[in-house]
Amino acid sequence: MIKGIIFNIQKFAIYDGPGIRTIIFMKGCPLRCIWCQNPEGLMPHPQLCCYERLCIHCHACIQACPKNAIIHNVEDTHIINREICDMCGECVEECPTGALGIIGKEITVKDLIEEIQRDIKYFDSSEGGVTFSGGEPLFQAEFLYETLKECRELGIHTAIETSGYSSQEVIQKISKYVNLFLYDIKIVDEETHRKYTGVSNRLILNNLRSLVLNVRGKDIIIRIPLVPTITDSNQNINNIVGLLVSLKDIEEVHLLPFHDVYEKYKSLGMPYTMTIHEPPNDDRIRYIKDKFVEQGFTVSLWGVK
Amino acid sequence: MDRIYGAKTPGHTAGGEKIFKTGVLDIKEKIKEIMNKLDRSDPEYFEKMQELKAMDIVADAIIIYAQRYSRRLLEIAENEPDPERRKELMDMAEICNWVPAHAPRTFWEALQHYWFIHVGITYETNPWDSFTPGRLDLWLYPFYKKDIEEGRLTRERAKELLACFFLKFNSQPAPPKVGVTHEESSTYNDFSKINVGGIKEDGSNNVNELSYLILEVYDELRTLQPNFAVLVSEKNPDHFLIYALKIASAGFGEPPFFNHDGVVIKMLRQGKTLEDARLSGVSGCVESGAFGKEAYILTGYFNLPKILEITLNNGVDPRTGKKIGLETGNPEQFRDFQELWDAFIKQVKYFLDLKMHGNDVIEAIYARFMPVPFLSLWIEDCVENCKDYNAGGARYNTQYIQMVGLGTVTDSLAAIKYHVFERKTFSMSELMEALRRNFEGYELMMEMLRNPEKTPKYGNDDDRADSLAVKIVETLSNLVRSYPPSPIRRASKEVYWLPTTVHVYFGKVTGATPDGRKSGFPVSEGISPVQGMDRKGIIATFNSVAKCDWDKTGGALLNVKLSPEIFGDEENLRKLAQSIRAFFRLGGHHVQFNVVSAEVLREAQKRPRDFQDLMVRVAGYSDYFVRLPKALQDEIITRVEKKSF
Ligand code: SF4
Ligand code: SF4
Repeated sequence: MIKGIIFNIQKFAIYDGPGIRTIIFMKGCPLRCIWCQNPEGLMPHPQLCCYERLCIHCHACIQACPKNAIIHNVEDTHIINREICDMCGECVEECPTGALGIIGKEITVKDLIEEIQRDIKYFDSSEGGVTFSGGEPLFQAEFLYETLKECRELGIHTAIETSGYSSQEVIQKISKYVNLFLYDIKIVDEETHRKYTGVSNRLILNNLRSLVLNVRGKDIIIRIPLVPTITDSNQNINNIVGLLVSLKDIEEVHLLPFHDVYEKYKSLGMPYTMTIHEPPNDDRIRYIKDKFVEQGFTVSLWGVK
Repeated sequence: MDRIYGAKTPGHTAGGEKIFKTGVLDIKEKIKEIMNKLDRSDPEYFEKMQELKAMDIVADAIIIYAQRYSRRLLEIAENEPDPERRKELMDMAEICNWVPAHAPRTFWEALQHYWFIHVGITYETNPWDSFTPGRLDLWLYPFYKKDIEEGRLTRERAKELLACFFLKFNSQPAPPKVGVTHEESSTYNDFSKINVGGIKEDGSNNVNELSYLILEVYDELRTLQPNFAVLVSEKNPDHFLIYALKIASAGFGEPPFFNHDGVVIKMLRQGKTLEDARLSGVSGCVESGAFGKEAYILTGYFNLPKILEITLNNGVDPRTGKKIGLETGNPEQFRDFQELWDAFIKQVKYFLDLKMHGNDVIEAIYARFMPVPFLSLWIEDCVENCKDYNAGGARYNTQYIQMVGLGTVTDSLAAIKYHVFERKTFSMSELMEALRRNFEGYELMMEMLRNPEKTPKYGNDDDRADSLAVKIVETLSNLVRSYPPSPIRRASKEVYWLPTTVHVYFGKVTGATPDGRKSGFPVSEGISPVQGMDRKGIIATFNSVAKCDWDKTGGALLNVKLSPEIFGDEENLRKLAQSIRAFFRLGGHHVQFNVVSAEVLREAQKRPRDFQDLMVRVAGYSDYFVRLPKALQDEIITRVEKKSF
């Protein structure tokens, strides 16, 4: 049976789609947005992470590591030599506090469905369901497709939170089993998009255009990360408004203000290149919100009604 | 023995509709009628006659008592210069002249009538606990509606009267407790629990204007007493549930929510009629009962973690070195988990036998030496049966034992099963040594035992632990219910899962436990997961809890920590309401929310390792508070303080 790799299952999510939802965070993403709020989802493979604050400095991990990949520096925090580490998990096994963990585990469709089904009564009572997030869920297209299909058979409402970056066939194929798309639009100008996310947005915009033709407009909610000076510039916002207006059917927009997540990157030993640390201020958010409201869109922060 | 049992004077009941429909004179009439018909050749003639006479005397007493009030009010009225106040005092005098002798006719009279009876009962039964008017919105609504229709009452005036009524409860604390009783139930709260919502006798929705008004008054007063319970039935509108959640969100953890449809099932299982079952509610903490018709006596707490400790020590209490239990074998020689389980259950049964026997003895003593004729006037069928409430006169008779420490005992058994027998992480001898040393020198083992990622824990929807909780709940329900009815009251035996504050005391007298709990720390509370061990949010906790069959118990207490921003807006409250609905559909009995405060969050910043269960909503997503960057933590604390989300 085909396996996927996920890094978290979150229950009682109340913003990412209608009703009470269970969010499946899937690993792997082809984009590299410099502000990414979920760096755990970037790499397709499991990663070792270390929450320094939970560490009691017992050094059990150092002793456990067969590769001598862990050393403590003078402040007694960890340095993991990720070049040598082969993710054997020995250190995690020995760490008594949960300060060390492996982000990402393999799971079969069957097991994942079993997990999702545990919450089915909560979906029933709230018209909720499951939301696939990430990372980029389309990155594991086949696994996602099979899981979505099973959900449909069980009558579970499905949503995916996607960057839209995948082949058109994939999107078309899975869209049959998706009830709601939470579709990210970040930057309209192609070059700027490439600069901050590592990829061109042509595919993303084309996919959105053809998606609008295939599914009802109200089954697509556009999500816009608000990153000061990068995505929230007047020009970019105007471009997005223009784009959405031209698509005609789109009704709803979620704004997602950026937060500084430096420590998440640090725990994963990943570089964090953001030089902006402050979230956009309330006035700016209000201004942007109004821009969309003026054009008749329903706008909220994070989907909070 | 007080380490294993919490002793309790037999107490606990709740008033029902009879109070609101009957005057003392009506009851006196009834007593006379029955006296006249008593058969002198009845072997119980003498006892019955004495009981009826006693009832008659206390019936007179309460009328005399009320009339003293009436007279005094008139005296005060005479000297009152303000004509408006004088009129009010005269009205009050008139009311105290009418009730409790006669059945109340108006809303105001109904409140005063109840209060006289409440006072009578608490005086008589001192130290009683938890007498309550029960389903107040149900009993009072006819009076309210009629008064409003006939122009005698306004909503505002009703609100004021209710406020005065509630303040009376607050000015009547429970009798002071001393010694062990104080440790077990350290509160002056008299546990008078007012129920709102639920269903009516005919099975229809009982939510009415008064249900809202009662909660509104509570919200404005926020006094320690009385307590409130929101009964939630499939028949009740969501709007009401959301309204009640809004009030709970103020952070006091009150009011709690109860599954009324589940309470009805419990009552039916126990053999109550459908109508009586529907008129039931919850009193005390979480105790289901047929209001006004049942003597459901709480007999004391049962320390399950302590019994596990004694099992692990082959019948010896390691605190004293004395053998107080059965020799069920040296666990270091057990070959599999089943042997340990069998030994534990054998030990439980041994202590249960003692407890059950003791309960029946206490019951006999109360029946003979502690009659409560005044209470017997109001609990149905006592008068008709010519029998005291304490002697089995009530329509239904039940004896409850309160189990304590489900989380601790489940997690302890799960830890042994997983680490000792399945994974062989360490041997039973090593574990025993660690427990004996209170984990000193075994810190790493303790860390592992306290880590839900390393050791299965109840409360995370983890079947490895939950299956044991299911088994414990099931086994205890069956064991207790298998005892024959008590000899005097013919009371059936039932289980509640609630601790009041005894989990703290029981924790003090229980050594280190295999779940990584150190000696002297509280054991888990009610059926809540062990403090800090539920790491997956409320739905996972609900799922764990709902796997157990609570319909075979009389009720179980669940406390859930909730991040405050969940209460942020109406839409969130709706989703919380929906999750309560789902939990109740799955068989949950009760849930009470503890809203995490800014102080707790600050504490968590200082001691992150003690607050690993704390989940907060960051910005559209939840995360463990202690894993967030400091700046974000500060931001959340500020938001919590400003209550702006
Ligand atoms: S995962 Fe294995 S190789 Fe990597 S640091 Fe831990 S013990 Fe060493
Ligand atoms: S084993 Fe865990 S707690 Fe011990 S030093 Fe390593 S990370 Fe810290």
